[in-house]
Amino acid sequence: MSTKVTMTVNGKQVSAEVEPRTLLVQYLRDHIGLTGTHVGCDTSQCGCCNVHLNGEAIKSCTILAVQAEGADVTTIEGLAAADGELHPMQKAFWEHHGLQCGFCTPGMVMVGCDIARRKPDADEKAIRHELEGNICRCTGYEHIVEAIHDGIRAMNRR
Amino acid sequence: MYAFNYHRPSSLDDAAKKAAEADDGKLLAGGMSLLPSMKLRLSAPSDLVDLAAVDGLKGISVSGKTVTIGAMTRHVEVQTSAEVQKAIPALAALAGGIGDPSVRNRGTIGGSLAHSDPSACYPSAVLGLGATVETNKRKIAGDDFFVGLFETALEPDEIIKAVHFPVPDAAGYEKFPQPASGFAMVGAFVSCTGKDVRVAITGAKDHVFRVPEMEKALAANFSADAIASIALPADDMMSDIHCSAEYRAHLVTVIAKRAVAKAAG
Repeated sequence: MSTKVTMTVNGKQVSAEVEPRTLLVQYLRDHIGLTGTHVGCDTSQCGCCNVHLNGEAIKSCTILAVQAEGADVTTIEGLAAADGELHPMQKAFWEHHGLQCGFCTPGMVMVGCDIARRKPDADEKAIRHELEGNICRCTGYEHIVEAIHDGIRAMNRR
Repeated sequence: MYAFNYHRPSSLDDAAKKAAEADDGKLLAGGMSLLPSMKLRLSAPSDLVDLAAVDGLKGISVSGKTVTIGAMTRHVEVQTSAEVQKAIPALAALAGGIGDPSVRNRGTIGGSLAHSDPSACYPSAVLGLGATVETNKRKIAGDDFFVGLFETALEPDEIIKAVHFPVPDAAGYEKFPQPASGFAMVGAFVSCTGKDVRVAITGAKDHVFRVPEMEKALAANFSADAIASIALPADDMMSDIHCSAEYRAHLVTVIAKRAVAKAAG
């Protein structure tokens, strides 16, 4: 039994007919065509699916699309400016080589932005703690933490 | 997950009605436990009744010696509440240790208590503080709330509205977290109010329980040393890939001591 689900994604209103059991990550990837948000696990642990819902980082694999009816969603695709200029957090990941395969990266960047919102004075130790919900199999986290630290400082300066 | 009918009522009465009318319905709060379970096909409710649009279930208030937390209040809100940090800092710290930041942006206290995972943190706080769970039908004492494995005293169409925590003189929570999930392999919530001591253990058995022996020892001497020699039998403790029953029994004493040290210091 499908139902029409409408929400704002990256500033644009979108709609799709989906079953209630459709996860938000599936809605974004399969119905809206935004495949930057990734599915990395079955257990809500990996964090690759992080998006911002009404300004807060949440795991889009653990929420139904219908629960986000009328909400304001930002995905990784929504961070860069209209003219393509990278968001400070994205820039920081580029400058610090905060990725290898890139699979966890959208989730890391979205959570990095959420850390900046909640803890603009986070140090390296705090950032590592805040990344407990994000798993990376490639990097060993060093450059991810440096990137987020730098990205937070750049966001503070904006 | 299997298909279901989705409802989004805007009143508590409507939510209770929808839950009662369903073949095999479940209430949906934050979804941080229910949805993963449904994704793994461990549960397959016929209907989900989403509480997100029901008014009056959110918020934190302190009145006299009671902290009241609405059922749909998220973990991040309890974690960052100046009022909870002041009145019962151990409770704010407990909320801040659940899952991870993204999970804490969605998970709720009502959902945690109704789900009653044997390794969840909040049940130990309710039992460890002697809190009262207020539902749409009655008030249930913390001591009577947790009944069995994922089983509470709640009736099928009963909905948690709020939890009332009495403010203790001192309290401490410590857990030995499973490294990936953060769940308490063993967790201990210890509080004292006057000569009243409560020691509530989560993660060890199929639901939270108190340790009267430890409570008696601590009432006489509120220090970690007072319970160092108290060892619980492993017989009815959980055994899984993370931890044997014997290790859980060992952890109970270690973790309880650390919780006491936190409360005392």
